[in-house]
Parts: sequence; C-alpha cells; structure tokens
Amino acid sequence: MYKIAVLGDRDSIYGFAALGLEVFPVSSGDEGAKALRRLSEQDYAVIYITEALAQELGPELERCRDSLLPAVIPIPGVHGNTCLGINMVKHSVEQAVGSDIIFNGN
Amino acid sequence: MASKQITPTRMELTRLKKKLVTATRGHKLLKDKRDELMRQFLDKVRENRALREKVEAGIMAANKNFLLARAGMQDQVLNTAMLAPKQRVSVESGVENVMSVEIPTFDFKTRSPDENDIFSYGFAFTSSDLDGAVQSLADVFPDMLKLAEIEKACQLMAVEIEKTRRRVNALEHVMIPELQANIKYISMKLDENERSTQIRLMKVKDMVLKEAHNYESF
Repeated sequence: MYKIAVLGDRDSIYGFAALGLEVFPVSSGDEGAKALRRLSEQDYAVIYITEALAQELGPELERCRDSLLPAVIPIPGVHGNTCLGINMVKHSVEQAVGSDIIFNGN
Repeated sequence: MASKQITPTRMELTRLKKKLVTATRGHKLLKDKRDELMRQFLDKVRENRALREKVEAGIMAANKNFLLARAGMQDQVLNTAMLAPKQRVSVESGVENVMSVEIPTFDFKTRSPDENDIFSYGFAFTSSDLDGAVQSLADVFPDMLKLAEIEKACQLMAVEIEKTRRRVNALEHVMIPELQANIKYISMKLDENERSTQIRLMKVKDMVLKEAHNYESF
C-alpha cells in the first residue's frame, strides 16, 4: 500500500492536507532535495512537487525519472505557472522522437 | 573493408553468416518494437498534454480560492483547521507491461467512503471561501492521479524508445554493413585462394609432363 506526498512551499500545498495527502512544507531548495530523496526511498508512489521547487532540484528530479516508483509530478504553486511541467513533457517527446512534434515549439 | 583483422577461413565465414542472419532478424524485431512503442507513446503524450493543461488550470483556480480564504482568516485558525485531516488517501500500485516497458498503474482508495469527508474542521470559525477552495481541489484530484500515471508512463516509454532507436540504428548502420563487408571479403579471399591453387596444380602438371615425356600440353 503506497502513499501520496506533496512537497513545496507551505502556502501552495496546505490545501492538499484536507484531501488526505501528506504534505511536507519546505522553504529552501536544499531542504527540498533532502526531503525528496528521503521520500523517494520510502513507500510513496506519487510525489507532487511545486514547479518553483522542482526548478531548484534538477539532478534529484532526473534521478527519479528512470525508476518505476515514485512518480514525481510538478504542479503549479501559488506563485503561478512556470511551464516546467509542460516542458518536462516536451523533453520526453524530444527524447523519444528526436524532435518536438507534439507542441511544435509553442 | 573490414576495420579489424579477420581470418579468411571457411569456419569464420559460416560464423559471420550466422551472425548476419541473427542481426537482420534482431533488426527487424527491434524496428517493429520501436514503431509500436512510438505509436503508443504518441497517443499517451497527447493525452498527457491535455490532462496536464486541465490539471494546471484546476490547481490554479483552487490556489486562487485558497488565497482568498487565507485573506479572510487568521493564520492560526487556518492552521488549526488543517491540522487533523479526516480523510486519508492510499494508493494501490500495479504494473502494466507495454511492449516490455513496465509502467505503473495507480488506483487510489480513501479511508472513508464518503467523499464529503474532506472538511476537517467545524464550519463555525472558518471562512466559507475555504470550503469552496477545498472542494475545488478535491474536484481536480482524480485527474491529478491520472496525470501522475500517464506522465510516468510517458517518461519511462521515452527512455525505452531512445534505447531501442539507438539499437536499431547501430544494427542498421554499423553491425549489418560491417558483417556484409566481412563476408564479402572472406568469400573473395577464398575464391582467390581456390583459383591460385588450381593454377599452381596446372603448372605442376605441365612441369611433370615435360620432365617425363618431354611433352607440352599446350
């Protein structure tokens, strides 16, 4: 049985606590990296992470990409959308096809 | 020509021919695998894009509601309201096999079956905006989980497609041409050897005849 975690700045994620997800507020990139590493070693199947935080955790995020679990999914935070999530999808397309044929550069 | 030294023997020739058959077969299979993976990947990634746009819009709307709710309440009250969640979500994870790529499937369960159990507070001291905010987040949650499943599948498939593509290209542009060149080289060399043996024999025969009977064959 797996759990779902939400990682990010407190303002963006406290609402998820009401839904029954486990929230882990972090305030800095370092703290976020440590938390992500710790969570990915425990039984969390999905880790939602705010885009602002995800931007600071490049290598850690890349490490989780190839393994089956957990799925690390960026979501927009309270400070707006940085397009990181959609860029990750673009990156997948480029990796598989060789060029971006789904988004056509926009 | 072969890049490395090969011994022009019949045994080597048979070995290379067998290898070529395997390589050609492998190439065909891998190419089929790549094409099928690509087809499924493109379907998935289109779905992924649509879902992501929907989820992002949903979360942005929910965040707006939360911001409004926070503005109308004291921080302590809000903290207390969120302190002890009533609901608890757990995920059952399975594994699906798509063309030998293992992708996870998620199936979530909530602790209490009543989906209105998301309000972990009494309504007396909190702003009504908070109820709306929590509700809007709850509405978008099933899509979020689906997004997690699809996005992970896309990532894993992308990695596998890249690997398969490299293998196909290596077979097509390196392995198979090299094997063919080597086979050609060996068979040429063997033919050449055979011809030179034949000529040598003819020459020897001439010499022997000449010595024995003082006879010219041509």
